[in-house]
Amino acid sequence: MFNRTQLLQYYETMHTIREFELEAIRLRESEEILGTLHTYIGEEVIATAACACLKKTDYIESTHRGHGHTIAKGADVKRMMAELFGKVTGSCKGKGGSMHIADFSVGMLGANGIVGGGYGLAVGAALASRFKGRDAVSVVFFGDGASNRGTFHEAANMAAAWKLPVIFVCENNGWACGTSHACGGQQAVQDIAKRAVGYDMESFIVNGNDFFAVYEAMRHLVDRARNGVGNRCGFLECKTFRIMGHTIGDSQQYRDAAVAKKRLEADDCIVNFEKRCIAEGWLEASDFSPVKGTVLEKIREAKKYAIESPYPDSSELYTDIYDA
Amino acid sequence: MSEMTYLQATFEAMKEEMLRDASVFAMAEDINGCGGAMGAYTGLGAAIGDPSRVMDTPISEAGIVSSAVGAALAGMRPVIDLRFSNCLPCCMDEIVNQAAKSRYMFGGQGKVSMVIRCPDGIVKMQGAHHTDCLEAWFAHIPGLQVVVPSSPAEGKGLLKTAIRNNNPVMFFEHKLLFGVKGEVPEGDYTIPFGKADVARQGGDVTVVAYGIMVGRALEAAAQLASEGIDVEVIDLRTLSPWDKEAVLNSVKKTGRAVVAHEATRQCGFGAEISAAISEEAFDSLKSPVVRIGGPFVPIPVSPDLEDMCRTLPKDIVNAVRQCVGAR
Repeated sequence: MFNRTQLLQYYETMHTIREFELEAIRLRESEEILGTLHTYIGEEVIATAACACLKKTDYIESTHRGHGHTIAKGADVKRMMAELFGKVTGSCKGKGGSMHIADFSVGMLGANGIVGGGYGLAVGAALASRFKGRDAVSVVFFGDGASNRGTFHEAANMAAAWKLPVIFVCENNGWACGTSHACGGQQAVQDIAKRAVGYDMESFIVNGNDFFAVYEAMRHLVDRARNGVGNRCGFLECKTFRIMGHTIGDSQQYRDAAVAKKRLEADDCIVNFEKRCIAEGWLEASDFSPVKGTVLEKIREAKKYAIESPYPDSSELYTDIYDA
Repeated sequence: MSEMTYLQATFEAMKEEMLRDASVFAMAEDINGCGGAMGAYTGLGAAIGDPSRVMDTPISEAGIVSSAVGAALAGMRPVIDLRFSNCLPCCMDEIVNQAAKSRYMFGGQGKVSMVIRCPDGIVKMQGAHHTDCLEAWFAHIPGLQVVVPSSPAEGKGLLKTAIRNNNPVMFFEHKLLFGVKGEVPEGDYTIPFGKADVARQGGDVTVVAYGIMVGRALEAAAQLASEGIDVEVIDLRTLSPWDKEAVLNSVKKTGRAVVAHEATRQCGFGAEISAAISEEAFDSLKSPVVRIGGPFVPIPVSPDLEDMCRTLPKDIVNAVRQCVGAR
């Protein structure tokens, strides 16, 4: 099914996301960077598996919690780290920051500071692909909370009615900020994927902490979106759990933070990946630590690059508003 | 030159630009069925020989705007039409947060080349959900451009420029304009943004107007001429960017200014113009700037009440008389 090189590459990606987020937390807590920071810890394999099924020319739209998607789509972590600092060498020249990170060179069309802001953008990118005769697929990541916005329903209907290659990937981590999915006040359905039925979309519900489950369903949906006939859009609900608070500095008064964090020990998606690879005989336990070393070095370099980079010149304030 | 209606002139602009550039497409609710709210797209697909580029959409304003933004970021040039300006509040996030800011937030990655056409203004008994003039909201947002044509020729020239522009354009078209006839240059006729037109030269008072109000100002000027008052009419054409220099130069010449729009007077674009004149041409002013616009009410249906919300030539005449101190 997978060769060794691929598996090690996936492992490096998910681990890069983890270490990038841990470094970002340290930087935020030491106030070397400021502002909001929504980390993806515990959900890394979803972006890794979903983007493993995509080409560089495919498009993704992301959320507040967008570092993982950006890394998985192939963005340069040095430029991403610089972006968190607001440095001119950042992927967005320091104008976007964590919550508005983007890297068009790898088809990452942007994180979004508006919950549920990305759906229609993904539909439009898919429409452009069709007009231009390209085979690109659009993927939009969103949370369970964001699925309650009307924008989801408008975009899902348009994608389906127009038979566009759009895949809706719901990362159901159980929390909309500080309101739990289980509290009952958010939506009547527990499975967000039930909504796909209303738009005649093929849908799957998978364990979002299982790389291979996400990959298998996503592979099917991407192939169908790219090569299928009829309604080509799809819906993938990945059940996962938000280990950290909504954002850094969230006191989590709504839940026991220690208990939430402990879930990582019991069900760490990266450890799950390691175990499966060993159990299947695909990789040896000793294969992982060199990758971890590589990743740590990469993150160290990224941090150094970001710190040493200059801030934008004041003249940058008025650039990029309008294209000439 | 040939004479045609505003509707025909803008249809020509659409047709020419869609034939010129295959990345231009039009998308709106009911665009094929009824040709859009004003019938301005009837036959467009056939006229360009490619019906796939004239797309009917579901009734989903947020979806229409955001998919246009996404399509633009991926290299297309959508022209969308929201039927009535009062549909704009249904898609403010998509316009203000996504269309306007994407390029800047992403450090210049991607272009949001799109045109949002918005028929607006009071016609007759349509009520508060089909009539507002909301141009000032969008002139307040960096990243957007605001265009308000006043005639068939401007409709064609400004729409062609808007479609070729690499940034989001809010294109406000008074519903009464669609049936107005005028001379329109043939072929590749474009009008630059940010360049006002002196619609009438005069020495006594400057009337600053845009859109439907330009015709009304010219009508008022003709009447005032018979009273011996020589009015200069400045047609702004675009509000963001707006041609402040042209306004200031005119006011420095005449020493008096009237600013007129159909939009609600309070916080209307006239406030910006008036403030700029006060800040930068104060020494030239012989009397205070007079600013006229709609009353601070939702537009009512009842005809007499509705009439009280229009800004008509008679209102401009009165404003000019007030400005020159005549009774």
